[in-house]
Amino acid sequence: MTSYSLHPDTWVDQYADYLFNYAVTRVSDAEIAKDIVQETFLAGLKSAKNFKGDAAERTWLIAILKRKVIDHYRKINSNKGKAEVRMSYNSSSDEDGDWLEEQVADPFSVLENDEIENEELGLAIQNCIDKLPKKQARVFKMKTIQGISTEDICNELGINPSNLWVMIHRSRTALMDCLNQNWFNV
Amino acid sequence: MISCDKAALICDKAQYNEASFFDKAKLKLHMLICKACTTHAKKNATLTSLCKEAKLKSLTENEKNVMKKQIENQL
Repeated sequence: MTSYSLHPDTWVDQYADYLFNYAVTRVSDAEIAKDIVQETFLAGLKSAKNFKGDAAERTWLIAILKRKVIDHYRKINSNKGKAEVRMSYNSSSDEDGDWLEEQVADPFSVLENDEIENEELGLAIQNCIDKLPKKQARVFKMKTIQGISTEDICNELGINPSNLWVMIHRSRTALMDCLNQNWFNV
Repeated sequence: MISCDKAALICDKAQYNEASFFDKAKLKLHMLICKACTTHAKKNATLTSLCKEAKLKSLTENEKNVMKKQIENQL
């Protein structure tokens, strides 16, 4: 079995986006998710000496992140912990209705599944992006996810538009292959 | 008639709505006679729609730099 080691100096570049996407789907607020990712990194540093090396770095960080998400819900729960749980049918209490039946999930609704599937898809794409060469990944993210204009990206990275389109083309081709293997063929 | 390389470039630009009308017309014409480019264009469009569906998010460089600094402070 291979043994893993930690490289905290590369954490942000390598895992920040993956962890961020993971956290966003769980707390559905970008600001909070960002804080949780940050806390995860710091907690990881603190307990780095407890890292036994039998999990990959990212798996280990995800495990910490999960704890942080739970902590977050504990915290917001304690603030409104005194809130009551009301179980009335609706505000005008005299009305009749099939209370139970109306609470049951609609078996024909596909919305819930879509949500879960989209979350998994997001992580699958992120996984594939992480496999790209660094510079391509950066250009692809800026262009596709952050939606920055071609001109701005060229200025920021000091490249010309045809460089940019070559990198976009390569990253898109690689992503298509990667998703073909990891998303469509599982 | 345009080459496949040119067609691929237009196809990529079209994914970001940056292809001009004439370019798109040239691409369409090329796709009539080129099966490989047609397949590629289809896949490319799928990738775009997947990325949209997944509502991917990423941190900006600034946010990442702030994180890096905080980690460095702790090291």
